[in-house]
Amino acid sequence: MQPHTNKRDKPWLMRTYSGHTSAKASNALYRSNLTKGQTGLSVAFDLPTQTGYDSDHILARGEVGKVGVPICHIGDMETLFDQIPLGKMNTSMTINATAAWLLALYVAVAERQGVAHSQLQGTTQNDILKEYLSRGTYIFPPEPSVRLITDVISYTVQQIPKWNPTNICSYHLQEAGATPMQELAYALSTAITILDAVRDSGQISADAFADVVGRISFFVNAGIRFIEECCKMRAFVQLWDKIAQERYGVDDPKMRRFRYGIQVNSLGLTESQPENNVQRIILEMLAVTLSKDARARAIQLPAWNEALGLPRPWDQQWALRMQQVLAFETDLLEYDDIFGGSPVIAAKVQELVEGAEEELERVRENGGMIQAIENGYVKRQLVTSHTQRMRAIERGELKIVGLNCFRETEPSPLVGEGEGSIMKVDPRAEREQIESLKAFREQRNAAEVEAALAHLAEVAKSGENIMPASIRCAHAGVTTGEWSQVLREVFGEYRPPTGIDITSHDATPSATVQEIRDRVHRTGEELGRPLRILVGKPGLDGHSNGAEQIAVKARDVGFEIVYEGIRLTPRQIAKGALEEGVHLIGLSVLSGSHMELVEDIFKELAEVGLADIPVIVGGIIPVEDARTLRNQGVAAVYTPKDSDMNTIMADIVDIIRQSNGLKPFEQKAA
Amino acid sequence: MTVRGTLPDPEALAAAVAARDRAALARSLNLLDDRRPQARRCAAHFLATLPSEKLDVEGHLIGITGPPGAGKSSLTSALIGVWQQRGLSVGILAVDPSSPLSGGALLGDRLRMLAHDHGSNGSVFIRSLACRGEFGGLSAEVWPMSLAMLAAFDIVLIETVGVGQKEIDISKMSDTTCFVAQPASGDSIQFLKAGIMEVPHILVVNKEDMGAAARKTLTELRFTLKKQMDPAGWQVPALAVSAVKGTGIEKLADTLDGHRQWLVEHDLLDTRRKQFQAEWIVKRLREEFGRFGIEKLGGEQHLFQVLTQRSGSPFDEYDALRDGFLTHWQES
Repeated sequence: MQPHTNKRDKPWLMRTYSGHTSAKASNALYRSNLTKGQTGLSVAFDLPTQTGYDSDHILARGEVGKVGVPICHIGDMETLFDQIPLGKMNTSMTINATAAWLLALYVAVAERQGVAHSQLQGTTQNDILKEYLSRGTYIFPPEPSVRLITDVISYTVQQIPKWNPTNICSYHLQEAGATPMQELAYALSTAITILDAVRDSGQISADAFADVVGRISFFVNAGIRFIEECCKMRAFVQLWDKIAQERYGVDDPKMRRFRYGIQVNSLGLTESQPENNVQRIILEMLAVTLSKDARARAIQLPAWNEALGLPRPWDQQWALRMQQVLAFETDLLEYDDIFGGSPVIAAKVQELVEGAEEELERVRENGGMIQAIENGYVKRQLVTSHTQRMRAIERGELKIVGLNCFRETEPSPLVGEGEGSIMKVDPRAEREQIESLKAFREQRNAAEVEAALAHLAEVAKSGENIMPASIRCAHAGVTTGEWSQVLREVFGEYRPPTGIDITSHDATPSATVQEIRDRVHRTGEELGRPLRILVGKPGLDGHSNGAEQIAVKARDVGFEIVYEGIRLTPRQIAKGALEEGVHLIGLSVLSGSHMELVEDIFKELAEVGLADIPVIVGGIIPVEDARTLRNQGVAAVYTPKDSDMNTIMADIVDIIRQSNGLKPFEQKAA
Repeated sequence: MTVRGTLPDPEALAAAVAARDRAALARSLNLLDDRRPQARRCAAHFLATLPSEKLDVEGHLIGITGPPGAGKSSLTSALIGVWQQRGLSVGILAVDPSSPLSGGALLGDRLRMLAHDHGSNGSVFIRSLACRGEFGGLSAEVWPMSLAMLAAFDIVLIETVGVGQKEIDISKMSDTTCFVAQPASGDSIQFLKAGIMEVPHILVVNKEDMGAAARKTLTELRFTLKKQMDPAGWQVPALAVSAVKGTGIEKLADTLDGHRQWLVEHDLLDTRRKQFQAEWIVKRLREEFGRFGIEKLGGEQHLFQVLTQRSGSPFDEYDALRDGFLTHWQES
């Protein structure tokens, strides 16, 4: 038996990913979380902030304060950290395309609080490459995006040495369907791309480069197959050590450590029997804590009811308490690595390392991560894995308790009728935020703003580090939208690759799939032309995996799918539906802005004479909202509990039939 | 509610399309897609009512083709920008591959073509189409749809993937065919040399920002082209552009327009357009009755001769020939 050490290991940083409504409301939440024993902050920004729009931009409608806090300027940032001493805080910010800007605001607030740069501790996510693959909050094309990441790294390594300038994410890759091997390979390929760019930018001298490698951290996902996930973490440790040593010549083993934070898998949480998510979250947490050699540095856990809507403070407290029980009540932290010497674990780790190295090689053959993203290689691999996973769930080969097996349940006392079990963002919040933004713009010094923006544009063009100019903008009162607009003009905006041109098909379609294909075909014959559907995501939410899966599935059962992608205005959707002559519109909204967006889309559809076209909506939509949407004329609402895609496809055929005066099919296809 | 079977008044529809009513155009494209017999009759009437001068000599039908990954959609997007600046209205038919197994298709090109359009500037009209495998090459609806668009817009662009059958198809329904090659891919040159690929009117090497590779491909293409000539005497230009950086796009737009001018000057535009209709009809007949059927109808040459002299609606002409064949077959 392994002797246990005398000294308990230090616990990891405990955070809760949070922020909503306004800077003021989020500040109150943060302060209350800190009194409960949380040891760091994890700031969730709303989608307009993440995609570089002010709260009053047309694309921001319905999105302000929904998935995070709106930060338009230094005033908002000061309110957010009111009475929170930044010199003592460890703050993680989930921010990517506008990371340099939000960091600039943070630094400016610290300066106003009188805190030295060297005292600041925290993390900016700042991994834009994964935004192109999943999550979708990119703004600029890869080249300038990598330059922004490089600038933040170079600046912080020299000015804010305790800052983690980039958190390379495999988290969202798993959400997009990545297998553990793919997660390893693509996250490490991204890290290599970023480090190469920093090296090639010449901003850091060769002898200081080990500091850069040492500051790279990762943000990882842990799924329910927790033994394999634990091995994945060990594989990460091995591979990173090797890359740091062989590729970047880092001699100091401390600088080669794989440092990572974790959020366990939110997308795998179920809406049906949501209390089961508690077990899932805990098991997933074990994956990243059991092995001391590969233990997470920071953990944030989702709340048990995330698949239902926004969690309340109590739900988040429960998640925090899970961490505290594991860290403080159990004996976990008393032991050295408990897997050392296990041949079973070693073999699994080896398998993952080898698989990941092969895939790393394939990325290299594609010309590196940027090329492999731009030519669609990585996206195809992810969508293929994701599709396989969805099919396995559909066929019951992959079991999810309460979803595709053991579905019988007592009514849950935790999920009451009405609005009790989730939090709602006050609909007045958006208006108030816009009013305060307008007031802020009025009182600032316009000449200073203009000069700071002009300077920013110069720096963006010249290639000089973007951070000092951004900090100047922050002090001058520049807004998030203005900062981003200047860079949009200099850098241009990213065009996504067509993306889901995957060729994988259900080679042996089940009888159900055959039946649905037949119905799609027959209905097309009856209506005179093939059935066409428009699938798209209105608003700023970039989580496109769900929409892509629906699109691929619908293609496989014989629909012609016009896939419109993300960040669509209601007008674009109506225009697309008209021009493409579709029979039905499928919308996906995960950001909670479904009510406003659907209302606007109905208005726009009526304007182009398509008031009668059936619309279906999928997303994280609370029960009462779903009811309201149906009353407003939405033909069907699908939430995470509707996991059987065949049923959805059969529904779609019937909805189209009914809206065209045909009788629906009598028997269930699925 | 769109009650099943309700068809639009073809004459009113044609008038509205000619007046650039977008909803009417959308309806007319749905109608041209509709294979039910009563819809076909309505569509025939609609096409026959469209203003013939627009279809015969006005506007510009452009076909853009090339291998996957060459950046055709981005190039189209960049061209749209230039045309909009010049005050030209644009309609796009974007053709994507269908799934051979399910008949379904994922049409994602809109996404790329409108990446910068946040709904404020709604002047471009895009209809995406699946190949609908059954015919190989471009599906039967593409050409009639391009006519409806031609009645409404200054420029109609058909975009499709491929070298081979589809590329030949597109050259038989566009005034100007433009082939987009990608640097460092020898394929297009090999195809050109081997004569597998029909010589397009304009060759474009995209991604010139890639530098040496792009220049090399351009040089090779120019060398190959010296030995080839468009049968009508047009000297095929090869251009380097970058859709992403926006370089060479103005020049490409000029070159496209230059070819149209050349066709007009040589009195070839309306001849070409008449030829498209004949091609379309003969292709449909060949698909339905095979080489045997074409022989029975007097042979390809005879059919082209007859068809290019007549000017009935394509659906009517097709139906007449088809009925003729069936009667003949039943009698013999």
